[in-house]
Amino acid sequence: MASDYAVIGGGVVGLSVAYGLLRRGLTVTVLDGGDGSHRASRGNFGLVWVQSKGMNQPLYARWSQRSAAAWADHAAELAELTGRHLGLEQNGGYDLHFSEETLEQTVANYEILKAKLDGDYPYEVLGANALKREEPHIGPKVAGAILHHQDGHANPLRLLTALADGVRRKGGTVLTGKTVTGVTRGDEFVVHCDDGTAVGAGKVVLSAGLGAITLGPKLGFKAPVRPQRGQVLITEKLPKMINRPSLVARQVDEGGIQIGATNEEVGFNDQVTQPGLSGLAAQAVTAYPALAKAQLVRSWGALRILSPDGLPIYQESPEMPGAFLVTCHSGVTLSAAHARFLPDWLEKTAAAPALEVFSEDRFALS
Amino acid sequence: MKTASPFLELEAAPARATVWFDGEPLDLPQGANLAAALLAAGVAVFRHTPASGAPRGPFCLMGACFDCLVEIDGVVRQACMLEVEDGLRVTRPHEAEDSGAPV
Amino acid sequence: MRQCDVIVVGAGPAGMAAAATAADAGLQVALLDEQPRAGGQIYRDVDRVAALRGGILGKDYTEGRALTAAIRRDGIEHLDGAVVWAIEDGFCVSYTRAGQAAQVSAPKVILATGALERPMPLPGWTLPGVMTAGAGQILLKQSGLLARRAVLVGTGPLLYLIAAQMVRAGTPPVALVETQTRADLMRANRHLGGALRGWPYLAKGLAMLAELMRARVPRYTGATTIAIAGDGRAEAVTFRSGGKPRTVACDTVFLHHGVVPNTQAARSVGVPHRWDAAQHCFNPVVDAWGGTAVAGVFLAGDGAGIGGAKVAETAGRIAALKVAEELGRLSADERDRRAAPLNRLRSRQTAIRPFLDAAYPPFAEALAPADATLVCRCEEVTAGEIRGYAKLGCIGPNQTKAFGRAGMGPCQGRYCGLTVTALLAEATGQTPDQTGYYRIRPPLKPVTLGELAAMDDGARDAAE
Repeated sequence: MASDYAVIGGGVVGLSVAYGLLRRGLTVTVLDGGDGSHRASRGNFGLVWVQSKGMNQPLYARWSQRSAAAWADHAAELAELTGRHLGLEQNGGYDLHFSEETLEQTVANYEILKAKLDGDYPYEVLGANALKREEPHIGPKVAGAILHHQDGHANPLRLLTALADGVRRKGGTVLTGKTVTGVTRGDEFVVHCDDGTAVGAGKVVLSAGLGAITLGPKLGFKAPVRPQRGQVLITEKLPKMINRPSLVARQVDEGGIQIGATNEEVGFNDQVTQPGLSGLAAQAVTAYPALAKAQLVRSWGALRILSPDGLPIYQESPEMPGAFLVTCHSGVTLSAAHARFLPDWLEKTAAAPALEVFSEDRFALS
Repeated sequence: MKTASPFLELEAAPARATVWFDGEPLDLPQGANLAAALLAAGVAVFRHTPASGAPRGPFCLMGACFDCLVEIDGVVRQACMLEVEDGLRVTRPHEAEDSGAPV
Repeated sequence: MRQCDVIVVGAGPAGMAAAATAADAGLQVALLDEQPRAGGQIYRDVDRVAALRGGILGKDYTEGRALTAAIRRDGIEHLDGAVVWAIEDGFCVSYTRAGQAAQVSAPKVILATGALERPMPLPGWTLPGVMTAGAGQILLKQSGLLARRAVLVGTGPLLYLIAAQMVRAGTPPVALVETQTRADLMRANRHLGGALRGWPYLAKGLAMLAELMRARVPRYTGATTIAIAGDGRAEAVTFRSGGKPRTVACDTVFLHHGVVPNTQAARSVGVPHRWDAAQHCFNPVVDAWGGTAVAGVFLAGDGAGIGGAKVAETAGRIAALKVAEELGRLSADERDRRAAPLNRLRSRQTAIRPFLDAAYPPFAEALAPADATLVCRCEEVTAGEIRGYAKLGCIGPNQTKAFGRAGMGPCQGRYCGLTVTALLAEATGQTPDQTGYYRIRPPLKPVTLGELAAMDDGARDAAE
């Protein structure tokens, strides 16, 4: 029996969209890959983040803010449904600076964005002393930080698990170990897999991360996304020593300090490297000198899914209306928006968010 | 949690060293494997797990299981990969008040 | 960075033999080993200990001195106490020694990382006082320690060896709780033809059993529903045997139901592995030389598939000959001439394996533990939770790792990986090969951020 939607991709993005459709009473089948698939959802940093996003596109800043504002309800709903707590903390987050110059430059840029957002950009600048009061373990080489009050973090793996659980509890069907080879359209969409599985659906959402590079064009999308490697470190579990998260480090709810992340253009190579680990460790130790004695227990390299301008892509296929491309590199931050607001856009209701700026029209044909 | 030793020592090592475990002085054989020496001295619980607080002691003694973790000079290390040195101060990981570890 | 011809990781029988053979061929060898003194686990600390208690440990132990003597020579730099945490292309091996990270580089790597005890998740197996049988051996060999009231639980020749050594030292175990059945032994008998070629090995086994009989050590066979009981530490082993529930009080429990290859380093460099149904574990895929699908990476010893110390030593020599030939120090003819007797020797040494694998199969209850039993010791994840993640669509261990943290702790799956794969395979109906294994990444062992940071180029530049 055909579902209202087939969602290709069972990561945080696909499951968030599927969950959102299910909570509106629609029927959904999710097609997920194998254990060894590239999965950004298993490798991300876990920030629910607003600052620095959309410096050149205020609507992206707005979309991130809207999602961050909806996250608490999103997390509470998933926790109630599944019993899985997402470890959400939204007490603000830091952009740490190691020099006055970069701090001042960033503040200048934030002021421009703040004006475009009608003043809704609640941040403050903490000098070294003020920061030290908030974060006693901060090191002497940190010049200061921008504390943005809309920032926070969550446990991204528990988000993934809760979504996988929640989708099933809401009656969704999840097929795992599937490699989608193509999508055809007759009276309805049929999603074809390499093992012969065929799933019928009224509409299709392509949220397959880097899988969109090959699948996208088959559905009439440009899907100009590329992998960008991020290496991430995590330490042994430690007593509480970092209060608020930053792009440099955050303490996860289980106690480990997560340290991120590199930005490397190395194609589909997702290995970790000693220079990568050492660079990240050096930065973390500079920010929090006590970390020098902490043991690194795990590291990983995950591949971000980046569009040419770094913004999400929300696009209905011009060739196959009813097929939608949904991709972004901030699946955790945008999880709430994807679950709560994106279904209005997919269903074209009066409440549909304005997402035109995120269409593929912005990319020139190559 | 020191109890009567469940282990018999085949020969008494002539050279001894004082090692502090959890604030208590222990008389251990100089140069011995630290995990083995602590076991022989009656130390059963080396650490408590960060997840549930359950007690743990050495399991594999070959550096693979990480159940014999202790803290020395602020660094959490495997006792089975260390040797007894005089004056060593050993605590259960992240349990001492002034351990010098990142707290 | 220091350069050499070949890096050997592990100074057990395979690694020591490989290093000595490579040096004989004129290669510069870096021999990295975690322990302060060479020997591996089988010959642990043999140079120091042989004189102290060689009598109890026997000739099979003391003869390891021949190998440790052979690595004290020019051409071999033995980096003792060196914990390897990354092996990268090239090859660049990163390790920590005396609290400092360092690197060494070579065009060839021989991984001789040995075996691990097969995980034996039973109720209570995380209690203090419960150890692997290998740990019991290590306590005796290196430290001269004997458990006063120990129960040995599981199956296999190592259990008898430890029991016999305890008898010789005057502290026999309280009991042996053995999981193999008479039917296992009957099944094994069809391999006896091969095993007879390994007759000395069998004779040793029978002699050990006779020693236990004479010492009147109680043996319970075909034991089931085994659990370790105790409040905060091991106090008793409970089980059923001969149709009756039994409890044996003790304060130490040694677990053993076979050993499996330690595959962490090999997996981290991308060596393919395949499920071995006879040995119930993943073995790396190697050719007759120990060569792998990763050019320049060789495996020798138990890490390449369980064979024991003698097989490991032979395999180490064979791998080193191939490396020497690839580096132009031996002609192919000379390599083959020297390898021929080693290959014949290895064939005799491995003849006993099929019999042992059949006679002492792993304990079924520990391969598929009950729901409440902890599987991942580090993160305290139960078998039931793993089965639950299978119901949530996890078809492989990397997804259960993300969902439930099994394998994320400092041991990095060494003591839960095989169990998690088995539980998922059982739940999904897939084979272990289809189910797969954890993706192993650096650091292979934890390393402090301070050590890592000191290797950063920026920090290095500042220091210079």
